[in-house]
Amino acid sequence: MTLLRVEQLDCRYGLLQAVRGVSFEVAQGETLALIGANGAGKSTLLRAIAGAHKPHGGRVVFADADVTAMPAHRRVSLGIALVPEGRRLFPSLSVEENLRVAARRGRWDVQSVLEVFPMLQARRHVAAANLSGGEQQAVAIGRALMSNPRLLLLDEVSLGLAPIVVDSVYRSLAGVIKEGTTVILVEQDLARALKVAARVICVLEGRIVLEGEAASLDRDRVVSAYFGLKRPA
Amino acid sequence: MTIVNAVVQGIFLGAFYAVLACGLSIMFGVMRIINLAHGDIAVLGAYIVFVIVEATGTSPFIAFVAALPVMIALGYLLQLAVLERSLKSGILTPLLATFGLSIVIQNVLLIRFSPDVRSLGGDAGAITTSSWQVTGGLSVSALGIVILVVAVLVFGALQLFLSRTRAGWTMRATAEDADAAELAGIDSRGVYARATALAVAIAALGGLFLAIRSVFDPLSGPTQLIFAFEAVVIGGMGSLWGTLLGGLALGVAQTLGAQINPEYSALTGHLLFLAVLIIRYGGGRLSLRLAR
Repeated sequence: MTLLRVEQLDCRYGLLQAVRGVSFEVAQGETLALIGANGAGKSTLLRAIAGAHKPHGGRVVFADADVTAMPAHRRVSLGIALVPEGRRLFPSLSVEENLRVAARRGRWDVQSVLEVFPMLQARRHVAAANLSGGEQQAVAIGRALMSNPRLLLLDEVSLGLAPIVVDSVYRSLAGVIKEGTTVILVEQDLARALKVAARVICVLEGRIVLEGEAASLDRDRVVSAYFGLKRPA
Repeated sequence: MTIVNAVVQGIFLGAFYAVLACGLSIMFGVMRIINLAHGDIAVLGAYIVFVIVEATGTSPFIAFVAALPVMIALGYLLQLAVLERSLKSGILTPLLATFGLSIVIQNVLLIRFSPDVRSLGGDAGAITTSSWQVTGGLSVSALGIVILVVAVLVFGALQLFLSRTRAGWTMRATAEDADAAELAGIDSRGVYARATALAVAIAALGGLFLAIRSVFDPLSGPTQLIFAFEAVVIGGMGSLWGTLLGGLALGVAQTLGAQINPEYSALTGHLLFLAVLIIRYGGGRLSLRLAR
């Protein structure tokens, strides 16, 4: 069953066109990785799906409903949650308050989020501004989970984190994915993206240049699509 | 003893300024809007209370409770019809929009109520005239205590709301990062409208106190705005407790100045405001110059 359908999406920042006629589908329960160089339009694409960026053209259809014109907070109640690039926590709010502002009834609550991210247990009442980068990323993911999303969008969750911390964040994420949540993730680390996701879409200059099962793609093809060395026909 | 008396009277006056400044502080804290119509909204609140008192003969305090729903509705309307649109086009537009609104409110009040000076002091009953002589040089007015207690209650309740309730966290989250708040499922438009409604309601409380403790006319707003703005800046922009302390400091500065010469009252308040501005915002440049 198709959960998300993106049709001919165009996104612009003034004269700059960041996403050009992108179309793809994501099935219920699937894990999809968006890869591509900096500035390829991956983050903009995620933000357009979440409702944080108003697209210039095209449609976003979620669970058979056209959400293209819907403000971000209403998409959250439909089941779309974005973990934004740079984490974007509320600095003066404590860990628990950051989680609870996003709470919606469902499987995830403060207790179950803290079980997935045990490092936050002791930091529960600490202001988000005083957390380490890894702890902040855990809160950002936890905050998205609190809305009990059907579709979880992860934008560069490993950015600026030590490799060992990235490992622990991805270990926790594996547990979330196992629960059946549909995930689209943007990841700079190619090896990691291919390992976590079942399907990969490579974006170059706002267009999809390569799409396929992670297992069927060899690294050379991905790398050349990533950098635009040989444009596939 | 006269100094002690001046400080005590200053605290009462300052509590009044703090109530006036509270809504200004909320709107700046949540939306980064400096509402230049804030003083006029307070005076508008005073006139609405005045109309209810005239029509029913009830106490101004009861009339204020009746006026509250009107002020809350006006706050929502102000946000959704004026401020929301102006916020979209940069930080200067809300300043211009509220400046225009200030002129509109003043002129509507002039047309409807004429330039006559009014007061609700007489309608408020014994509370405006009773006082206790503590010692020879120190007397404490009942109204002063009422305003001080209400000010502390208003600021305390707001603090509890912001730190203990989910609606309060939602407001702080939106103030800190409206874009991220939307992504966390928070309706930022609704939060802004509620913040403005709250600010307008508390401004009307300031207007009520103005009308009871002294006099008002359609053009009283800008003076109230200046004192409220000074209280917010003295206490530190965006801090609630700071605004309460800033109001008290401004009140005490004014009454101490009046001890020297009654004409110096407003002047010493302005001097305190300028001193805080220089120390807090000019300090960096000043110390650079000294180092050279």
